[in-house]
Amino acid sequence: MTKNPQALKVVITDDETPARSRVRDLLEDCASSFPIELVGEAASGRELLALLGKTTADVVLLDIRMPEMDGLEAAQHLLKLPEPPSVIFTTAYNDHALKAFELHAVDYLVKPIRLRRLHDALTRARAITPLRLDVLQRIAPEPRSHLSAQERGKVMLIAVSDILYLRAELKYVTVRTAAREHLVEESLSRLEQEFADQFVRIHRSCLVAKAHIVGFEKDSMEVGESRWMVMLNDLDEKLPVSRRQQHIVKDLGRNLL
Amino acid sequence: MASINQIPPVTLLPDFRNLGVMLRVLVIVTVLTVFAALLRSSSWTSLMQQWVSIAAVVQPIAILSVLLLGAANAWLHRIEYRSAVALIVLAELVITLSVLRFGALILETEMDDAGRELFFAIATTLTLVGYFNLRNRALSPALTEARLQALQARIRPHFLFNSINAVLSLIRAEPRRAESALEDMADLFRVLMADNRDLAPLENEVELCRQYLALEQLRLGSRLQIDWHVDNMPKDALMPPLVLQPLLENAVYHGIEPSIEPGVVSVSIYHVRDQVHMVLRNPYRKEGNHHAGNKMALGNIRERLSLHFDAEASLQTRVGDSEYEVHITIPYVRADE
Repeated sequence: MTKNPQALKVVITDDETPARSRVRDLLEDCASSFPIELVGEAASGRELLALLGKTTADVVLLDIRMPEMDGLEAAQHLLKLPEPPSVIFTTAYNDHALKAFELHAVDYLVKPIRLRRLHDALTRARAITPLRLDVLQRIAPEPRSHLSAQERGKVMLIAVSDILYLRAELKYVTVRTAAREHLVEESLSRLEQEFADQFVRIHRSCLVAKAHIVGFEKDSMEVGESRWMVMLNDLDEKLPVSRRQQHIVKDLGRNLL
Repeated sequence: MASINQIPPVTLLPDFRNLGVMLRVLVIVTVLTVFAALLRSSSWTSLMQQWVSIAAVVQPIAILSVLLLGAANAWLHRIEYRSAVALIVLAELVITLSVLRFGALILETEMDDAGRELFFAIATTLTLVGYFNLRNRALSPALTEARLQALQARIRPHFLFNSINAVLSLIRAEPRRAESALEDMADLFRVLMADNRDLAPLENEVELCRQYLALEQLRLGSRLQIDWHVDNMPKDALMPPLVLQPLLENAVYHGIEPSIEPGVVSVSIYHVRDQVHMVLRNPYRKEGNHHAGNKMALGNIRERLSLHFDAEASLQTRVGDSEYEVHITIPYVRADE
């Protein structure tokens, strides 16, 4: 595996050490027919994204079932990179996702991986059409564990469990954590659908994390009518509840007691 | 249990020492007394009175009978079915007469003609003997075996492919470890594909679990840590094969794989008097999804335990804050008994 500038730059992502070393062996075998450079290995989706903040790759071999962040989610965040690498999924068993892969012509290899198949997949790799976000979102069975924002050519990950609230701006959504704010390119209604279990809409343009709500307060400063405000953990700011969403004060207030 | 491998075509007499059989006898007798009271009474209040007066006589008879039959169990099973039934009827007549006489003695009343009571005693005895006869036929080895066969633990394809993958990765760098891994796999699959309808010693199951975990450790490395507490386990206790292994598979799949941090699976096996306890614990995360696969494995194991041990075996699960526990209890049955 040479430092040839023409070489195909590959990253292996798998949580199991032996699985990674097997792919490494196979890549060495492939390297005899065309130049390949192994630029790194990662044990989870998070590690992969951290790695690709430092170096670039042409192809990512991405295991689907991994702890912390699975392959399907990592692939969605990869699309935020200025030059997203081609993704070839690897999986140990015929899970339901494979049908969807066939349907949308997403590349995958079934483990144990055959040299021949890997060789073919890598030969095609540069020509692989980039994955489409909507396709990945349809295939991924579960809500993501992280949101991602693009910052200085890197992918910045925000754990969903850290998010206090999400607020729709003109083109973006502001993500507020205890530490800071991020801007992400998402639609608030899609986020509301995906994280229906964790977030609740308090206003036309605002979703609040149920787990971080500490209480509700009547705001008496307004002239005329009063309205409810949501108080959040680790946050001085209070967020207004719109008239149409008043019922959530009763629904959630019960759980707080 | 001498004949676990050569069960006679159908044992028509129940095992009177089995807790499930004892409970069934007592429940059926109680239900019959309620019926008798219903026939004799005209109102709800008189029903209660009638039932109390019937139960006062019948319950002591039933309890004494269960104790006596339990004591004579081995002997009754040795003699011919017909003579055993005749002896049981005779015993019931003696017990009924004794209880009636004893009752008359302490209440200081004259004993009435006991003809009717004796008739009911015979009728109830024959009903119960007939019931167990039919039940044993229904659960006859042929049928039970068919059900057991259908219930035989099935391995997750996921595990097979992962193991093959792990062994493939070892072949070039560490051929010796690859060899021993393949040996473990061969042993594991020999058991998985064998006929697992008969009980096997606990130590075999534990050995199987060690081989299985050695294979998982190959893949997961230090993420999988195992805590064995089996020094005091009764090695000769008989149990259905593949009860612990699938549970460990669940523990690894749901407790270890979803995390990048090391996790501990603990296995404790011990016996308290004539019961064997097996307790498995694994880390548990709320966001980890315990889906249908897990419930299916548990249901399968529960059913196999009950086919072998009836009400004397149990499987309980407990979900703690960060821990999932499965607790299995089976009667301590030895191979040579």
